[in-house]
Amino acid sequence: MTKIAFVRKHAIPPAAPPITEVGAVGWLKQNLFSSWLNSILTILSLYFIVIMLWDFIPWAYGGHWNTKSLRECLDLDPDVACFSVLAARWKQLLFGLYPAEEYWRPTLTFIFLLLAIVPILFPKFFKFFWFSVIYPGLAIWLLWGGSFWSVSIVYIGLALGTLLFLVLIRSYIHNYVIAALLSFGFTALFFFIASDPIVKTLDTILPFSLPFVESLKMGGFTLSLIVGITGIVASFPIGILLALGRQSNLPVIKMICVGFIEFIRGVPLITLLFVASVLLNYFLPPGTNFDIVLRVVIMVTLFSAAYMAEVIRGGLAGLPLGQHEASASLGLTYWQSQRLIIMPQALKISIPGIVNTFIGLFKDTTLVSIISLRDPIGLASTIRADQKWNGIYWELYVAIGLMFFIFCYGMSQYSQYLERKLKTDK
Amino acid sequence: MKKLFFGVLTAVALAAGGTFAGTLDDVKARGNLLCGVSTGAPGFATVDDSGKDIGFDVDYCRALAAAIFGDPMAVKFVGLTSAVRFTALAAGEVDILARNTTWTYSRDTDLKQTFLGVNYYDGQGFMVKKELGVSSAKELDGATVCVQVGTTTELNLSDFFKENGMSYEPVPTADNAESQQQYLAGACDTYTTDASALHGTRVNLENPDDHLVLPEIISKEPLGPLVRHGDDNWADIGRWVLNALVIAEEKGITKANIDSWKDTKDAEIHRLLGTGSDDILAMVGLPKNAMYNAIKASGNYGEIFENNLGATSGINIERGVNASWTKGGILYSPPFR
Repeated sequence: MTKIAFVRKHAIPPAAPPITEVGAVGWLKQNLFSSWLNSILTILSLYFIVIMLWDFIPWAYGGHWNTKSLRECLDLDPDVACFSVLAARWKQLLFGLYPAEEYWRPTLTFIFLLLAIVPILFPKFFKFFWFSVIYPGLAIWLLWGGSFWSVSIVYIGLALGTLLFLVLIRSYIHNYVIAALLSFGFTALFFFIASDPIVKTLDTILPFSLPFVESLKMGGFTLSLIVGITGIVASFPIGILLALGRQSNLPVIKMICVGFIEFIRGVPLITLLFVASVLLNYFLPPGTNFDIVLRVVIMVTLFSAAYMAEVIRGGLAGLPLGQHEASASLGLTYWQSQRLIIMPQALKISIPGIVNTFIGLFKDTTLVSIISLRDPIGLASTIRADQKWNGIYWELYVAIGLMFFIFCYGMSQYSQYLERKLKTDK
Repeated sequence: MKKLFFGVLTAVALAAGGTFAGTLDDVKARGNLLCGVSTGAPGFATVDDSGKDIGFDVDYCRALAAAIFGDPMAVKFVGLTSAVRFTALAAGEVDILARNTTWTYSRDTDLKQTFLGVNYYDGQGFMVKKELGVSSAKELDGATVCVQVGTTTELNLSDFFKENGMSYEPVPTADNAESQQQYLAGACDTYTTDASALHGTRVNLENPDDHLVLPEIISKEPLGPLVRHGDDNWADIGRWVLNALVIAEEKGITKANIDSWKDTKDAEIHRLLGTGSDDILAMVGLPKNAMYNAIKASGNYGEIFENNLGATSGINIERGVNASWTKGGILYSPPFR
């Protein structure tokens, strides 16, 4: 009988996984070389990336920044980029033909924009929402200038109207419709009769104004942002209303919404822009100065609102009917159930589509170059028309592309953050 | 149908516009001239690095503003793409369109516009690489040609090759810049557009001497400023400011020496500069020294040409047919009397 000489009392510590399964090698094997097909694709992709960078990096890295013209660049070294055009024109690409001594205004507007969207994007800062409310007026005043009072009177009028509405509701009339009509009438009267004299008086007592800058001077990324951001912000609520209207049981509202959405979606954006730039002039009395940027913003907003409506309708359709029934059985009114039950869920489902529409809208703003506005693409052809830079091509487009990428990528990243944050199901 | 539509629109615009005072009065009341120029055409209109408007058409509008207000800066330049230029003029967004626009029959009549004259005789040409070994456009049989789509350029090209019994393969592009890139990348043997643009492009190529602008000009492109139908006095003002610049070159009046003609025996110069006794400019409602101010603004026609298209500008276009008739060109102004 042999004695069992050895009985293991402890478990063997786990051995380290094979070198091919962990770390960099493991990652490579799992992600890039998991099968022969993937290996071939990986090698092909690497090949293409390398040959692109092989040309691009020396071209970009060795680029000229200090020459006075394209001719000088070519005489120095024709094989590298001539970024001097950016050095000479970056201000125009950012601000268009905005007067140089007023550059601080669009800059400040942009900084305020970042501050104003924080309360909307991050609930933690919602207590600063008041700034987001006053921002549109502030931005208009900063960008176009003119009297401070002529912009603030709009806020005063709206505030008085809202106050009246609240007072009426609380104390005298308990019917929302009548209260709304009364306060709306009051606000309209205020704007038609009282606002002009008030502005004039304020202007004489306390003159506070910035030099006026006309829309002709707006351009570059300032213009893209004006059109893009206004379009995005304004089209969202309009889109929600249209989506709800399309599902409404009231036939007139439903017909109007369906008609609007189908008409706008059936027409290319460039057609709407032509209407804004060209056709509207025929129908307005001569001498009417209906600002071209405003016209474009309205068209872009309507266009994007139609798309937004369909995206949100997709979200609404994705909700089980039980949600509607549950909220109804709780005794919630239509608007209460929309606000508390339906919309939060529908919008969450639609986030990718919404952001998709936003990004598309922002990039579509470059179409305004066709109707003569000097957005970055329009400016590129203006810059090329200067004989000093005649023939510059890639440098401008690379720079413009990069700037658009920064904004669009930022939007995409935020949407992913939002999706992760709102994820309630696992 | 389209014609009818635009005809009706124009008629409506004109009827509505007719209720207003003359364009000159509108311009004076506004305090500045609204001049429609290109958003970017080398030599003709663009903005420089500091944001200032420059160009051949820009200088014409400055002269016109100087004639009206005595101030060449009393003008606002509205950049217009070719897609919206005519409607912008018809709708009254600009007072005058100086946007390297070819004077054609249908634009003059059907679009209800008045061309004020020709300030630049352009024409469509071809650029080729020297290594192609071609010295005439007639040798381009079977060539691939980069051409901007949707322009008269495309039609002229097709006419030219058909007339000469040759074939070609078009490579469509969106604009001159794209044509140039395609041409340099070797996508086409030759590229065609207005000769003025070809010259401007060529001098900025890596090795200009490797490229050749062929001598054939296959179309007539008389470029000139234009105004709406319906205000002849306004058209006369624009036409005679242009003529004054041409006459000034004929007579040797320049921006620099304009003040030294007080004692000349040439009665036309006195009429032109307003230094004589008769005030003929009152006929169109301009001050007596209007043309003096116009010439003083950016110089005579020759100076404007040199600064924007000629040697000084770096584009190096020869005067050619655009020289004064006294120097072998076809630039000829009716007498100023």
